[in-house]
Amino acid sequence: MELIWDGVRRAVGLLIGLDREVLAITWLSLQVAATSTGLALIVGIPLGTLIALARFPARALVISLVNTGMGLPPVVVGLFVSIFLWRSGPLGFLELLYTPTAIVIAQLVIAAPIVTGLTLAAVQQIPPQFRLQMEAIGASRAQLLWLLVREARLPMLAAVMAGFGGVVSEIGASMMVGGNIRGQTRVLTTATVMETGKGNFDVAIALSLILLAVTFLVNYLLTVLQQRRRPS
Amino acid sequence: MSDAILEAHDVTVEYAARTILKIDRLAVRRSETLALIGPNGAGKSTLLRVMGLLERPARGEIRLDGRPVAWGRDLLPARRRFASVFQEPLLADTTVERNVALGLALRHVPGDQARRRTGFWIDRFGITPLARRQARTLSGGEAQRTSLARAFAIEPDVLLLDEPFSALDPPTREDLLRDLQRVLRETAVTTVFVTHDRNEALRLGDRVGVMLEGRLAQLDTPEVVFGRPAGPDVARFVGVENLVPGRVARASDGLLAVDTGTLCVQVPGELAVGRPVMLCIRPEEVVLQPGPTRSAPDSALNHFPGRVAELVPVGMQVRVLVQCGRPLIALVTRRSVHDLSLQVGSEVTLSFKASAVHLIEREDIGASR
Repeated sequence: MELIWDGVRRAVGLLIGLDREVLAITWLSLQVAATSTGLALIVGIPLGTLIALARFPARALVISLVNTGMGLPPVVVGLFVSIFLWRSGPLGFLELLYTPTAIVIAQLVIAAPIVTGLTLAAVQQIPPQFRLQMEAIGASRAQLLWLLVREARLPMLAAVMAGFGGVVSEIGASMMVGGNIRGQTRVLTTATVMETGKGNFDVAIALSLILLAVTFLVNYLLTVLQQRRRPS
Repeated sequence: MSDAILEAHDVTVEYAARTILKIDRLAVRRSETLALIGPNGAGKSTLLRVMGLLERPARGEIRLDGRPVAWGRDLLPARRRFASVFQEPLLADTTVERNVALGLALRHVPGDQARRRTGFWIDRFGITPLARRQARTLSGGEAQRTSLARAFAIEPDVLLLDEPFSALDPPTREDLLRDLQRVLRETAVTTVFVTHDRNEALRLGDRVGVMLEGRLAQLDTPEVVFGRPAGPDVARFVGVENLVPGRVARASDGLLAVDTGTLCVQVPGELAVGRPVMLCIRPEEVVLQPGPTRSAPDSALNHFPGRVAELVPVGMQVRVLVQCGRPLIALVTRRSVHDLSLQVGSEVTLSFKASAVHLIEREDIGASR
């Protein structure tokens, strides 16, 4: 019990004291997760909407693949992104391995299927009659997509939360492609693993509390946004 | 130049190799309200979708101002000449005001003009106090008013209404029907109105089309469709409850005596003796008097003695089934039932004017099938 209390006290101390290193790690975590989630939204929202609306032969197969992708293990993603970015790998010439960009790429691969799958579900729950009605009052194809995405914006906030929550808390991929390099690619999760390994439980607890607080804050803001516009 | 703004020519729609719509020709005239009626599954809504360029038919063409529509990438300008209102209001998740303005926004109508038209139609459908409300908080009637205002704000060349009142309770429906009637008269916008409610068709339709099993069975003025239905199926749907088959027994001076096996009915008409016919008599045209028949049938009036077999209240009226050789139905007021002390077993005289009978030649029916 004392261990936990020490950790909490230490964490508060690190935060109040504005420990440079902890702040930098937190900031990098947020930056990387926000960037990868943002990119996942740019890829996943149009893709999910298109899959929801289009009728093509292998549709069921594609949807199954997306749904499987929603549960992609970060270590597997880390492994394959590492292979691709490896010095002698297909994308080795980019020299991205062990950079924050590499972490963003890996996290994008993790978050994109989550956003795509949840967008697909959100758009699919709009009644087909709504689509017909929008066409009937003069929506072009592009306008129709935009109207449907707008109509599904509340359930789609869940996609943002799930995507961000998935990447900010993953460890396998960040560790493998980022390398937990101090001052360069060390993020909250990788730092927590390292400190635990070294037996510095107090620092590890401090870092996890920060991670929890960050995740909670982001989710709280999005939830407020979502619930504000719910029917009473 | 024809006055038809919208036409369907040889249109066929098939689902899973089954023909569900087959229209040889249908022309909607400029500024008219054409009501399409028919039972559920008759293809009314499908026809409306095809005419509104929302569904491509398997075969046939749609013409706008006499020119065939090309089903391709440039369909949008043609589709934007229409506005539709469906049974469900299907509003976007935003305010009433923005919903009404949606069709204009999609057409990039400039802000000033869009605001003016939106305001005008919100006011016209009496929803000004709701303008800033979220659409999802509206009642069914309010939502349908919003949907109608959205369609009218577009100021379409053709307005398509697909059972817009079916989901509403009777008082709300009545209010909205009255408002719509007034707006249609004032704007004279060409309108195709689909309903399964005969009264709505009678009130709004300049012409009435009856659809049965994917085909247009009859298209004419309400008086003709409801008074002289083209066949027994149409007659049954438009509320002609007495359909009696018979054969012409005598013909003289424009008057026919039709033998139905049990009754001899006088009907005006010119047909050869022996021709099989179907007699259509609306129950509203049948009059009941208490007691046995006194006067003999004459050229103007048919009288038959009978006994009341059944009394079924329908709103403020009562359907009276009279057994007079064959069952005939009369629709009378509750007051008459009371005044005549009608009850099951009462002896009555059933009468209707010879001119109230509509004749359908049965050979024609056979040929049209």
